[in-house]
Amino acid sequence: MPSLSDYLVLSAILFAIGTAGVLIRRNIITILLSVEIMLNAVNLSFVAFGRALGTADGQIIVFFVMTVAAAEAAVGLAIVIGLFRHRESLNPSTFTSLKW
Amino acid sequence: MGSEAIAFYLFGAVAVIASLLVISQRNPIYSVLLLIASFGALSGLYVLLEAPFVAVTQIIVYAGAIMVLFLFVVMLLNAPHEETERDERLHAFKKPGPVRFGAVLAAALATELAWALTRAGGETGAFPGAAVSSVRAIGKALFTEYAFPFEVTSILILVAMVGAVVLAKRDARG
Amino acid sequence: MPAITPQLIAEGVVIVVVFHALLLSAAAMVWVERRLAAALQQRLGPIRVGWQGLLQPFADVIKLMFKEELRPKAADWLLFALAPIISAACAFSAFAVVPFGAETTFFGLLKEPLKLQVADVNVAVLVIFAIASMSVYGIVLAGWASNSKYSLLGGLRSSAQMISYELSYGMALASVLLLGNSLSLTDIVNAQAGSWFGFIPKWFVFLQPLGFLIYMTAGIAETNRAPFDFPEAEQELVAGYHTEYSSMSFAMFFLAEYVNMVTVSAVATDLFLGGWHGPFLPESLGWIWFLLKVGALLFFYVWMRWTLPRYRYDQLMRFGWKILLPLSVVNLLVTAAGVLYFGL
Repeated sequence: MPSLSDYLVLSAILFAIGTAGVLIRRNIITILLSVEIMLNAVNLSFVAFGRALGTADGQIIVFFVMTVAAAEAAVGLAIVIGLFRHRESLNPSTFTSLKW
Repeated sequence: MGSEAIAFYLFGAVAVIASLLVISQRNPIYSVLLLIASFGALSGLYVLLEAPFVAVTQIIVYAGAIMVLFLFVVMLLNAPHEETERDERLHAFKKPGPVRFGAVLAAALATELAWALTRAGGETGAFPGAAVSSVRAIGKALFTEYAFPFEVTSILILVAMVGAVVLAKRDARG
Repeated sequence: MPAITPQLIAEGVVIVVVFHALLLSAAAMVWVERRLAAALQQRLGPIRVGWQGLLQPFADVIKLMFKEELRPKAADWLLFALAPIISAACAFSAFAVVPFGAETTFFGLLKEPLKLQVADVNVAVLVIFAIASMSVYGIVLAGWASNSKYSLLGGLRSSAQMISYELSYGMALASVLLLGNSLSLTDIVNAQAGSWFGFIPKWFVFLQPLGFLIYMTAGIAETNRAPFDFPEAEQELVAGYHTEYSSMSFAMFFLAEYVNMVTVSAVATDLFLGGWHGPFLPESLGWIWFLLKVGALLFFYVWMRWTLPRYRYDQLMRFGWKILLPLSVVNLLVTAAGVLYFGL
C-alpha cells in the first residue's frame, strides 16, 4: 500500500527532473515542457496531501494550478513564436540584446 | 505486494522514465509525446489516490489541450535541433557559460535530493480516513468557498487568450 | 490473483463481445455506407459479393491486407507507425464506458446482476470527452510523420477542426449533465426511464432538442465526416493526412473513423434518446432497442454525408466558433434556468 511518503518522494523526483530540464536544456520549448513537469509534480503532492487530510481542497487547488498552467503555456508559446520570427532560433543564448 | 502497490510503482516508473527522456531528447516532438505519456501515468496515479475528477481533467486539459498547443507550435516553427554538430558531443559540464552553471546547479539539486530521500522518517502505512472523491463535493466547494478564485481564473484565461492572439499575430503591415 | 468466479467470466465475455461487436459494426458500416450511397444516388452499389453484397467489407479487408505496406523514405518511422495505432486505440477505448443494456442476470445464471458495460466509472461522460481529445494526436502525427505537404496541411486542419468543435461538444454534454444530475452514463440513462402522459418517453431529446442537434453536429465534425470532412476531401487534398498510408495502416484509420462514428452515436443514444429504454420489450432485452437507436443515428450519419455539400475550411471554422459555440452556451444557460425554475 503506497503511503503519503511514497507519493511525496515521487513528486520530489519529478520536480527535480523538471528543474534539471529547465537548467540544462538550450531549447526554449523544452524548457517550457520542463516547467510543465514541475507543475505536474506539485499537482501530485497537492492531491496526495488532500487525500491524506480527507478534504477536497487538494483537488480544487489542482484545478486552479491546471488552469493557470494552461494560460501560462499559451502566452509562453505565443512569445516563443514572436521570438522565433525575429531571430530564427530557439536557443535562449541568442536573445542577449539586454545583456550588458 | 498488493495490486495498488504494483500499480503505484508501475505508474511511477513510467512517469519518471518518461520525464527523464523528455529532458534528454534532441527532437522536440519526441519530448512532447513522452511528456504526454508521463501525464497519462500521472493520471493513473490520481485514480489510485481516489481523485477521478482530477485524473480525467488532467487528460482533458493537459494531455489533450496544452500538449496539442505545444505540438502545433513545434510543427509550425519546424523547431530545429538545438545545437550544431560539434556542441552535441560536448558534455554538459564542458560547455561555456550559462550551460555549465545550469549543469552544476542541476547536479547539486540531484545530490540534495538523494540525501533527502535516504533519510529515515516519513509516514508509512495506508492513508487515514476516507477520500473525498465525488465530483459533487468538489463542485460544491468550488462554487461556494472558492467562488472568488474561480471567477478570477476565468478573467485570467480571457486575458491569456487575448494576449496569446495579439503576441502571435503576424504584423498586418507586412 | 482474484478468484475465477462466474462473475469474472461474464465480465470477460462482455469485453470480448464489445470488442468484436465494434469490429463487426465497422465492417457493417462499410457495407451500409456503400449501399445507402448507391440508393441515394439511384444506382445499385455492391450486390455481387455474397448475398446482397454483404461480404463486400471482408473482400475489401482482404484486398487491403495483400497490398504492399509503403513507407516514404523521409518519414519518421516511429511516428508514422504510431499514428494509426493511436487513432484506432482511442476509438476503441472510448466505448469501454458506454453502457448498452440494463443490468441482467442472464436468466438467473449469475448471482448478482451484470452491468452491460465494460467499466462503470462514475465520471463516464468526462472519460469519453478525454479520449475524444486524445484522438487528435493520431491525425496530427499522421500528418507530420508523412513528411509531405498534403499530409501536413490535412493533418493540421483536421486537428484544428477537431479541437474547435470539442468546445461545443463539451457544452452540449454539460447541458445534459444538468438534467441528468450525474456524470455516470448509467445514471443518466436510468433518469430517462418511464414516460409522460403514458406515451411520450422521458428522453432528454424532448427537453433538449437544441442540445441534441448541437451534439450531433459537433460529433460529425469530431469524426471528420461530411459535411465537415474537408481535411479528407479527395478533390482538394488528395487524401489529406492519410495520403501516404497504404494497406493495413490505411485500414486502421478507416476502422478508427467508423468506430468513432459508432461511439458518438452510442453516446448520443445514451444521453439523449433514452439508451436501452423502450416500449413493448422487457428491460433485459433493452439492448435491442439500443441497437435500433444507434442504427437510426448511423443511418442519419451516412445520409448526411451523401446529401450535403462539403463546408469549405474557413466556413467550417466560422461555423464552429461563431455560431455553434455561442448557441451551445445559450443552450446551457437556458437549461440551467429551466432546471432552477421547474425544479427538475
